[in-house]
This record gives sequence, structure tokens and C-alpha cells, in this order.
Amino acid sequence: MNDKTCHELLNSLSAYIDGELGQDVCAQIESHLQGCENCRIVVDSLRKTVYLYQATSEPGKVPQDVHERLFRCLDLDEFLGKGS
Amino acid sequence: MNHETPEGKRLVEDFSLEALRGGDRAEFARLVESYSARIYRLALKMLNNPQDAEDVLQDTFLKAFRGLHNFDGRSSLSTWLYRIAANEALMFLRRNKHIIVSLDEPQETDDQTEGEPMQVIDWCCLPEEELMSSEARAVLDKAVEALPHNLRVVFLLRDIEGLSTLETGEALNLSEMAVKTRLSRARLRLREMLTGYYGERLAHQRQERKNAG
Repeated sequence: MNDKTCHELLNSLSAYIDGELGQDVCAQIESHLQGCENCRIVVDSLRKTVYLYQATSEPGKVPQDVHERLFRCLDLDEFLGKGS
Repeated sequence: MNHETPEGKRLVEDFSLEALRGGDRAEFARLVESYSARIYRLALKMLNNPQDAEDVLQDTFLKAFRGLHNFDGRSSLSTWLYRIAANEALMFLRRNKHIIVSLDEPQETDDQTEGEPMQVIDWCCLPEEELMSSEARAVLDKAVEALPHNLRVVFLLRDIEGLSTLETGEALNLSEMAVKTRLSRARLRLREMLTGYYGERLAHQRQERKNAG
């Protein structure tokens, strides 16, 4: 990431991995990536970063005690345990 | 997803808006049951403290219950709930901001570009069990914790909660451009922090191989 083009591209990479950029800009980025290994690594590791966060963020459950206190504070005790 | 039933009742994401607005407690309990896990996760990742996250969770649904009669259905119910929760979490952080936090949190503007040095290490080849080890998961959490609040909330809504750019903008009162800019900066910073950790793991792995060979 020492080239001027690399730094200019940096702020487009997030939109690039989301597929939000127009064809022209995509083509420009892809042409740069073909000749720039450093930028390829940054794109791959940026994509992997997002993937890792999504893959490790299970919806999870509200702990039982937290769930019970929530229903109680909302005056919904009678519905406790009736949900999915 | 908003639609009408054959009887003409308005459903928002399978909840009856009339029932919710009319104070139907069973319908509200169903709403709480459906969204509490996601709201709790957002609060926990915003605040990094189970007790504070529980307070935000309770305040979010208390405010939702009181405010349902004003809900106009223009956004989805989930976006509306995320909006309340994000505001509660950000207000909590502002209230409890102390000197160390404010030193770590220089004011940032959306037109700044990401000019920080980039580490270029190809760690993507690390095996999945290394990338997702419990140690790695703790690093992932720490990295989010290190983000400034305004970037953290955008990253969590977009990449963890799966809201669209438009929905995130609605939840945070931001333009789509501001959401995109903040998301980009958050992701680049997270990548940088993860590169520090995974780069070391990679060097360690190579050293072990060298010693073994």
C-alpha cells in the first residue's frame, strides 16, 4: 500500500466487496488488483474480516434470568415461557 | 414486510399493528420474544457489559411499548426497535464517558479518508480452527470494542445485525453516504487490528513448521 492509486482505492474497497460499485469503478479496481499483490491481500483480508464477524455472530439467546427480568419489568409475566 | 390480511388488518412483519397500537399485551409479548435476542446482542456489543446491556434491553422495550401508538409503519418494526436501542446505547455511552474514553475518541468527520498505515500480511490462508479459535474470538470482540462509538454502531447494524444501508441510515438518522463511509472505516480498522493478531499467528505457525522440519 505505498502507491498513490492504492491509497485512492482504499476507501472504495468496502463498497467493492459489497458489490455496490458501478461497472466502471469495478473494472478500474480489478485492473489495479491484477497488477498489485498488496491490494489483493488487503481486499482478501477485508473480505475475510467481514466473513469472520458474520460467521462468529450467532443470534444467540437472551440468558434465562435476563429474559425473565425483561418480561417482569414490562409487566408481561403471564406470557413467560409461552414464546418460541 | 408490511401487508394486509384478507380482513384488511395491517400486518407489519407478521405482527398486527392495530393490536400493538391498541396495547394488546399478548401481541407485544410476541414482539419482545421475537426481537429481544437481537436487541440484547447489539447492546452487549455496544457496551461490553452484561448489566448495562440488560438496562438498554429493558429501556428499549419500555420505550417501544410507550411509543407504539406513534409508530407510523414507514420503517419496519425491527428497524424502529434498533433505532430505539442504538439511541439508548449511544446515550448510555455519552452519559458514562470518562476521560480515558474521550482521549481515545477524537472527533471524526465523515469526509476524512482512511490514511492510516496498512499492514499487508496474507493471513487468509490460516486454517478455520485458528481463525475462529476462542482466543481469536476474543480478539474479534476486542477489536470492535476499540472502534469509536459512531463507527461501532454502524458496523454492528450493517455487518452483525444485517440491516441494509438504508435501514441503518433510518435507525441512526444518517444519510446512506455517511453509513457507507463509516462502515468502510470501521471495516478497515478491524482488518488492521485482526492483521496484527493473525499475522503473529501466521509467523508462529511458520516458525513451528521450521522447527519441526
